Amino acid sequence: MNVIFAQLLNGLDKGGAYALIALGLTLVFGTLGVVNFAHGALFMLGAFCAVTFRYLITLETVTVDPEKLSPWGAPLEIRTPLAQNWLGDFGAVLIDYSVPISILLAIPVMLVIGVVMERGLIKHFYRRTHAEQILVTFGLAIVLQEIVRSVFGANPIPQPAPQDLRGAADFGVWLGMAPNVLTYPLWRLVYFLFSIGIIGAVFAFLHFTTFGMVVRAGMVDRETVGLIGIDIGRRFTIMFGIAAVVAGLAGVMYTPLLPPNYHLGMDFLVLSFVVVVVGGMGSLPGAVAAGFLLGILQSFASMTGVKAIIPGIDQIIIYLVAVVILLVRPRGLMGRRGVMES
Amino acid sequence: MFSLAKKDLLSLGVFALIVLAMPFWLSPLGAAYPALMQKLAIFAIFAVGFNILFGLTGYLSFGHAAFLGIGSYTAVWSFKLLTMNVVPAVVFAVVMSGVFALAIGYLSLRRSGIYFSILTLAFAQMSYSLAYSVLTPITNGETGLLLVQGDPRVLDALFAEPRQGLPVPTLLGLDMSGYAGFYFCAAMLVIAFYLSQKIFASPFGLALRGIKSNQTRMNYTGFNTRPYTLAAFVISGMYAGLAGGLLAVTDPLAGAERMQWTASGEVVLMTILGGVGTLVGPVVGAWLIKYLENIFSAFNESILQRFFSFLPDGLDTFVVTVTSKFVGDGWHLTLGLMFVLVVAFLPGGIMEGIHRIVRSFQRRGDREPDGSLKAQPAE
Repeated sequence: MNVIFAQLLNGLDKGGAYALIALGLTLVFGTLGVVNFAHGALFMLGAFCAVTFRYLITLETVTVDPEKLSPWGAPLEIRTPLAQNWLGDFGAVLIDYSVPISILLAIPVMLVIGVVMERGLIKHFYRRTHAEQILVTFGLAIVLQEIVRSVFGANPIPQPAPQDLRGAADFGVWLGMAPNVLTYPLWRLVYFLFSIGIIGAVFAFLHFTTFGMVVRAGMVDRETVGLIGIDIGRRFTIMFGIAAVVAGLAGVMYTPLLPPNYHLGMDFLVLSFVVVVVGGMGSLPGAVAAGFLLGILQSFASMTGVKAIIPGIDQIIIYLVAVVILLVRPRGLMGRRGVMES
Repeated sequence: MFSLAKKDLLSLGVFALIVLAMPFWLSPLGAAYPALMQKLAIFAIFAVGFNILFGLTGYLSFGHAAFLGIGSYTAVWSFKLLTMNVVPAVVFAVVMSGVFALAIGYLSLRRSGIYFSILTLAFAQMSYSLAYSVLTPITNGETGLLLVQGDPRVLDALFAEPRQGLPVPTLLGLDMSGYAGFYFCAAMLVIAFYLSQKIFASPFGLALRGIKSNQTRMNYTGFNTRPYTLAAFVISGMYAGLAGGLLAVTDPLAGAERMQWTASGEVVLMTILGGVGTLVGPVVGAWLIKYLENIFSAFNESILQRFFSFLPDGLDTFVVTVTSKFVGDGWHLTLGLMFVLVVAFLPGGIMEGIHRIVRSFQRRGDREPDGSLKAQPAE
């Protein structure tokens, strides 16, 4: 029982990342009808927002103290981060919490990147075939990831979680079990809650604001909304920006779990496309549900007991699910009848 | 059965001449060494085969590299178990990838459009992950499948004394390295091109084009399209297997990274860059990309500095820093940019570009330009 519960928890954080990326993909597909292969690159760019922020905030001054000597006999260099110099203890806290704080940087940056991408390139591909959309965004993804590589290098750059959130939570105690039966890394818990929060925010935005209502109407029938005299194109552009922000934030918060490198986006993209398809093209709840479902499935498949029965299942489970779903029920779990069903 | 129309025969002759004369016309371009020319021929075969599926039927497969990898593994196993002769290796590679293509195609072709792309992608990723992990006894995992001294090589052991050192693939006693290897690949390319010409000109090819332009209509006329698309899928999978087998012939090792989806993306790019659905286009695209890859990744800052040394002092360092991002390790950046630009501005690829240029010259040559637009069929 505990084992099953532990695997369930283990799947949640990865599922959260899948759900967030798939949510953005579905938003873009549902509004603009564009299959965006560069969405994984947006996730990666978000992660590198966190890297950049940490780099900036930990810029140091080096002062040489001639009085003290290092163990090698050279004058001791004292490094103090500028932020700590200027802001004192608050600066230290700022550095400690750099990952969550870099969200503030990531939101405007990702919004701008998203809008520029849509206006600059994707706009011209509304009327082209899906194949061409896939190809051009695939090329764009290569360009983005290579730019990141030339700036940040090819090695993964680890990002520490804040000190207070680094340990493990004794999850079992909260459920009335004995201590140390079921522990769970705190940051994963944070990531799960964060993804739930973002997903809730996106749904609330779509359902409880006028802007969201118009967007939803446009997703159903773009032409009619346009005929009423609403500039639906501009709103869809903003939705693209929001999808980019969602992907970016998913990337920012994922950095302590997986040190980001330049091909992070590609690794996640294929999986999240599978997630979208399993959930049903164009269905937002489907994308979220399928994200968590596949995350949990994957963590169950990597149990040693399961691997002993079917070797290698952990590597292919997601693709296997996708193949079965596509062949048996092509509109996915929650897809609308008739949307992309052939 | 093996005859071609006169025009096709001519183009086949010219093509064969160009391919076989590669060592001559590539030497001024600084690319006339066998290892690169082998690659040029092999990837041209890969792209020609991919074009039979994507160019004729319009089905965009994102997992074709899997067949390339399967071909390589099969060929290396043939070297290990049977003989260093290349003929069985290539034949087995083609057959094995054909079998896999039949299975994967049978399932994937139940869907079309983006679903088909994702299905093929999923199958390819599955093969890739399995080759890396569970199938290590067959694929040798991360190290890649290599020839070793203790391989059985049953047939070779029957007929000849084992030589010292690692054996190399041979054809009729001729070592398949260097120019011999290139000419073997080139011959294969010419045969592959000929077969693709036959397919393009055949009723089968016409049916495939019909499927591309309107599959529903084909179905309504009582035409069962499934066997046709499946046949196209298997044929192009076999081409990929042939290419993979030849990769193993020229350099007998096989690794899983050949099956990764970026490799599948590369062949798509080759086909698109050259011109989808044209005969020569994929070959041109494959050559251009492999050539540029080779040239660009060899560049480094010192070469660039020499190249730009004619510029004024401050400017040249600036230009060098900017351009150095696009060469060497940054070659993929150039590739991605090329990808975006071609799809955006020249969806028909280089062949369309050439046609446009030729047409504009013809129009200028005429005293009275036609002026009238081509009649647009009603939707």
